[in-house]
Amino acid sequence: MMDAATTKLLDVRDLSVAFRQGANEMLAVDRVSFDIVKGETVALVGESGSGKSCTALSILKLLPYPAARHPSGTVHFKGQELLALPEHEIRHVRGNDITIIFQEPMTSLNPLHTIEKQIGEILDLHRGITGAAAQARIVELLSQVGIPDPASRLGSYPHQLSGGQRQRVMIAMALANEPDLLIADEPTTALDVTVQAQILKLLKEIQTRLGMSMLFITHDLGIVRKIADKVCVMSKGKIVEQGPVERVYTAPQHAYTRALLAAEPKPDPAPLRPNAPIIVETRDLRVWFPVKRGVLRRIVGHIKAVDGVSVSVRKGETLGVVGESGSGKTTLGLAILRLISSDGPIVFLGNAIQGLRFKAMRPFRRDMQIVFQDPYGSLSPRMSVSDVIEEGLWVHHPKMEAQEREQRVIRALVDVGLDPETRFRYPHEFSGGQRQRIAVARAIVLEPTFVVLDEPTSALDMLIQTQIVDLLRDLQKRRNLTYLFISHDLKVVAALASRLIVMRHGKVMEEGPAAEVFANPQSEYTRALFAAAFNLETAPEGVVAQ
Amino acid sequence: MDAQVSARTPDTTTVSPVGLAVPPERHTVDLSPIARRRWQNFTANRRGYWSLWIFLVLFVVSLFAEFIANDKPLFINHDGKWYFPVLFTYSETTFGGEFETAADYRDPYLQKLIAEKGGSMIWPPIRYSYNTHNLDLPTPAPSKPTWLLTEKECQPVVERKKLTGCRDLEYNWLGTDDQGRDIVARLIYGFRISVLFGLTLTVISSIIGVAAGAVQGYFGGWTDLLFQRFIEIWTSIPSLYLLLIISSVLVPGFFVLLGILLLFSWVSLVGLVRAEFLRGRNFEYIQAARALGVSNRVIMFRHLLPNAMVATMTFLPFVLSSSVMTLTALDFLGFGLPPGSPSLGELLSQGKANVQAPWLGLTGFFTVAIMLSLLIFIGEAVRDAFDPRKTFAS
Repeated sequence: MMDAATTKLLDVRDLSVAFRQGANEMLAVDRVSFDIVKGETVALVGESGSGKSCTALSILKLLPYPAARHPSGTVHFKGQELLALPEHEIRHVRGNDITIIFQEPMTSLNPLHTIEKQIGEILDLHRGITGAAAQARIVELLSQVGIPDPASRLGSYPHQLSGGQRQRVMIAMALANEPDLLIADEPTTALDVTVQAQILKLLKEIQTRLGMSMLFITHDLGIVRKIADKVCVMSKGKIVEQGPVERVYTAPQHAYTRALLAAEPKPDPAPLRPNAPIIVETRDLRVWFPVKRGVLRRIVGHIKAVDGVSVSVRKGETLGVVGESGSGKTTLGLAILRLISSDGPIVFLGNAIQGLRFKAMRPFRRDMQIVFQDPYGSLSPRMSVSDVIEEGLWVHHPKMEAQEREQRVIRALVDVGLDPETRFRYPHEFSGGQRQRIAVARAIVLEPTFVVLDEPTSALDMLIQTQIVDLLRDLQKRRNLTYLFISHDLKVVAALASRLIVMRHGKVMEEGPAAEVFANPQSEYTRALFAAAFNLETAPEGVVAQ
Repeated sequence: MDAQVSARTPDTTTVSPVGLAVPPERHTVDLSPIARRRWQNFTANRRGYWSLWIFLVLFVVSLFAEFIANDKPLFINHDGKWYFPVLFTYSETTFGGEFETAADYRDPYLQKLIAEKGGSMIWPPIRYSYNTHNLDLPTPAPSKPTWLLTEKECQPVVERKKLTGCRDLEYNWLGTDDQGRDIVARLIYGFRISVLFGLTLTVISSIIGVAAGAVQGYFGGWTDLLFQRFIEIWTSIPSLYLLLIISSVLVPGFFVLLGILLLFSWVSLVGLVRAEFLRGRNFEYIQAARALGVSNRVIMFRHLLPNAMVATMTFLPFVLSSSVMTLTALDFLGFGLPPGSPSLGELLSQGKANVQAPWLGLTGFFTVAIMLSLLIFIGEAVRDAFDPRKTFAS
């Protein structure tokens, strides 16, 4: 017998994945080899599109066959060749020996089934446990994953749980049959930083307790260092470097790994300008969504998305707005731009714009612009880049000569670092980072004074994030722009913001010059947020949501 | 993330980060990649693809019905002059007749007049129009297809016209109806009017339906609520009975019928378009357009309508076939097009009234069945073409 600690639990050799699209075939994973021994955590790191999820899904044959195929490779799990197994046999492996947790806890659970039913299904399917025995096991599992008062939670539906709790339920489901290998596909990406820290801690704990192996897929290098023993860096479908975490972090071999490790936005925020004119000011701004009940639709209460927020932004400054999801930071941005209705005065460039009608708002729109989070959703797929960018010019300068309009578009594209010759192409031909540049070009082509940046970097990969942050900073300097920068990513905010407000439940928890707040956070919540974001540490109980 | 997702949503990420293994084909017509893939998907459904071609050929041919089945010659050379009776109306006196009335070219007297002057005539392949009565029927109308006639049945006509046998008679390939009119001719004209009617109805009701759905979906709130309740009430009116009542009051004609059917058919697309607009109005690029100050009308037309068009296009062939069917049904019941017009519904009702003449019913049945099947097959292929998940299976 070999020593259990050195036996390879999973052995992937020369695995390739190809997708067919009509007559074309594209290689998503190119001859990838790695192995996992018992009790070990291996992390697959890479940008989106590098093939890491594809690799993980092929282990369980979860790819859309026959559009996907494996031109080469073997996957040995406990001596069994998984790729050769027929569908009905691999089903015994799935959810039993190997389980998987997906990224999105909102959609991974069936909204129509109770927690008990969803976990019970797996127990019944693979072990034949039903009735009282199953219930006892479910309660045990739920308490293992740290759901308080598990017995009362059995009848809950997914929508009654928070995002973090849903991910805990997903983990409970994955653990139900005591798997040998847990595949975690970006399990914390959709969660807030404070919750992310909790989930990571939980996974680590459970893994040590049960002695299982874990394949952890992520794009976040901070997480890898915290959780993994071994790391495989993937780029363009290939593993470019693998080895023990410490070795890869301290002495990276491959250029790509080095670039990835160095990709951290450099803090160089715009300076405070206490004497500059105020561009935007709100006083006690409120966005309350009424909650209506009963036949007569009486208003019984309000969801206070933004609850009495006063901000003022001076010319050339960047106001960073941070907070967890649901804290009202995006709503605040939309309310200031008058894209949703709100209460409380808004003063923009000395004009009171609260309550102005659509037509009356139009002249101000030239000076206030917004860049959205999702570069895939914010560009109309049916308009060419040039059409997208010049749309604002049509609205605000309807009499502009075609030639001048073209010049403005070209200048905007050059400013955001894109080749102007690409302006006749369609958005789908560009990568995420390039699309975000197009979205920035659309905002600056009107030469605005004030731009709201609503999480402009959170949908992008690390390397691209840094580039976009540099671009935004550069544009700010050159055009003397004023930013309202909304983000949950504190590292990016630290790189850009000159002032900071921390929001929670629609209220401002803390505010002040960014350097001061980062160096010396006053409220307990802010401290917990910073600890989770910078060091992936969990907060003491009761400070943050579960 | 990764290729897994891009496999499911090919519309947004057609270029893989890894690159294409095979460079894309070059086409002479510069379609967008999405359109090109849709066309590929459409042609991949062979049944739908061939149905489209067959339908197009039939439709284009039927558009030239006057040149195929007509009781007027295409061309006459008379007395050194050229005449085009298909296009122009000439009086009998032009050819040396006695009356100022329009010339009846099937009249042996007129044919003789032209022949005497050494003139020549070129006839369409079928010498009957939809309203031409065959005056030389060997049997009482409805008369059998000529090739089914026995020599005995033909005898009276053969003798009167001094011919040698049945085979020399002017053929009615599918027989005649109960007024002695050629069925093939009526079919060609009937097909044309059905399809034209269907197309017009589909186009107009789509325009109204899309506009109504767009307004509801985009503005939402009270507009949506009131409009939806109105549509619910409107659709609960038993439309067929109402159509019967209206068409018995108004004199039915092509445009009157079109108007009446339009009253109800526009509703079919509203729900679909409304849903697309409801979904689309919160897209970030719509928000972005709003932030630019773009007006509602422009947002609806430029940004949202193209999204809704996919769902609409998928639905159109089915709307077309149901429009054709409604017209046929009304004709069958006798509340459709005015008497005498070539219509498939009327042919079917004649078949029902004359069971002893099966060629009437059979012809009507097969024509309607084939026409609707073709449309449904095309509809299926269109649906395949617009199905984003279909793209990867091959």
